Amino acid sequence: MTLLLSVLEQGLIYAILALGVYITFKILDFPDMTVDSSFPLGAAVTALMMTKGISPLLTIPASMLAGALAGVLTGVIHVRLKVRDLLSGIIVMTGLYSVNLHIAGRSNVQLFMNDTIFKNPLVSSLSFEMQTYVPVIILAALTLLAKVLMDLYLATRSGFLLRATGDNPTLVSTLAKDSGSVKILGLAIANALVALSGCIMCQYQRYFDISMGTGTLVLAVASVIVGTQLLKGLRFLRATTAVVLGSILYKGCVALALNFGLSPFDLKLVTAALLLIIIVLGSDRKKVKRRA
Amino acid sequence: MLELQSIHKIYQRGTVNETCLFNDFSLTIPDKQFVCVVGSNGSGKTSMLNIICGSIPVDEGKILISGTDITSMPEHKRLRRIGRVYQDPSRGTCPSMTILENMSMADNKGKPFNLMPCVNKKKTAHYQELLAQLGLGLEDKMGVMVGSLSGGQRQAMALLMSTMTPIEFLILDEHTAALDPKTAEIIMQLTGKIVAEKKLTTIMVTHNLRYAVEYGDRLLMMHQGHAELDLSGEARKGLKVEHLLTKFNEISIECGN
Repeated sequence: MTLLLSVLEQGLIYAILALGVYITFKILDFPDMTVDSSFPLGAAVTALMMTKGISPLLTIPASMLAGALAGVLTGVIHVRLKVRDLLSGIIVMTGLYSVNLHIAGRSNVQLFMNDTIFKNPLVSSLSFEMQTYVPVIILAALTLLAKVLMDLYLATRSGFLLRATGDNPTLVSTLAKDSGSVKILGLAIANALVALSGCIMCQYQRYFDISMGTGTLVLAVASVIVGTQLLKGLRFLRATTAVVLGSILYKGCVALALNFGLSPFDLKLVTAALLLIIIVLGSDRKKVKRRA
Repeated sequence: MLELQSIHKIYQRGTVNETCLFNDFSLTIPDKQFVCVVGSNGSGKTSMLNIICGSIPVDEGKILISGTDITSMPEHKRLRRIGRVYQDPSRGTCPSMTILENMSMADNKGKPFNLMPCVNKKKTAHYQELLAQLGLGLEDKMGVMVGSLSGGQRQAMALLMSTMTPIEFLILDEHTAALDPKTAEIIMQLTGKIVAEKKLTTIMVTHNLRYAVEYGDRLLMMHQGHAELDLSGEARKGLKVEHLLTKFNEISIECGN
């Protein structure tokens, strides 16, 4: 039961991250390495604010704003300075590492004494039985909110333009819109979600660690691919729902593997191998995307 | 009125492959004129369209629309008043969006792309009406992904989409070249109809000499960056495909191929 709860909890936290990466990786077709540092950026902002005694609720908009700025930076470097997509992300990722250290003050911040969205006087007033389920309920609500807002956004005029930019930038120009600006907007939204995920993770595990971002993109891409490829047959599922489920599924597989004696040393190796297998098996390689 | 004033354009400047395409090229197209442009490969037809739309910069010269200099205006801003259909049918539509979604998005050109819902269910009937005139049965497939349509169907949609909002200019870049003869015929008839109805200033590049003779009211034959032939009004009357073909061959022989 504890294992199931922790899989659900972590899966839901990473689902928000995966929703963000879905925008860049799937919709915009942009391999955004910024994610590896905007995730800890959200956590660093959260750690800083919480140690200063600011309400944990306020850390949510603050970290999202910080993430959005990181995304804008990558976008501007790529679109305006014409640096290749992967490189722009790597440049920002590298630079943000120092920024994150400056924000948090040191490479490791513990927050065991602070109130969080999961542990505060309000939650403590509930019965012990209820308290076990508080994190998963809060996380489910947050993830659902993020998913629904994203669904609504993708149906707006601005959302349509975002989808069109990844699909066919020529059409966006024909519609008298600058596809570069749309890309920057997409990166901002994506990294805001990623930083939100980092913020929640920081409050959930009650510490910030500078290395918590390592491998974030791979993890998120794995969730996105597991969701969109494995659940492809279920046509009634929206892509965003599939991504959320994919994240939980992925966390579940990792937890099972560790439970059955996989050494944590080998975790990344197995992740990489699994990711490769999923991509190769599930790829529609015949459908080579044309780049205009 | 659209004006190109002494355009200079050199490709790959400073390399051994340096090619001068336009050397002092000028062209004036009055409002509501339908210009057909023919010419061999590399004669500057598509480059001319790209220069008008701002897809490629010019080295020297000016581009004016109704007297306003738009030479330094970015492509997407120019396309506010211009509709453009490409040779490749996949460039005019979004494959992973449905017909209804594509039409709704195109209908929003010129309006802000804000947080309002993009699809307006009330307009579906209007879109279906537009699609019905194609006779391709697209009006019954509003929920189908455009990516699963054929090239001809997509090109027909691209033409509709680029002309459904108020525009002044229509740029057609060999837009029937990738289609089978029957579909090409349908698309050409639709083009003629739309241009006449909306009174658009149109530039159509084509390799089909028959279309060039049948449609439009001015004919340009491009050759090495200048207009070898420029016929309109009386001079264009009675023009036959054979005349054009003879001229075409003359030019090619001069070039030695």
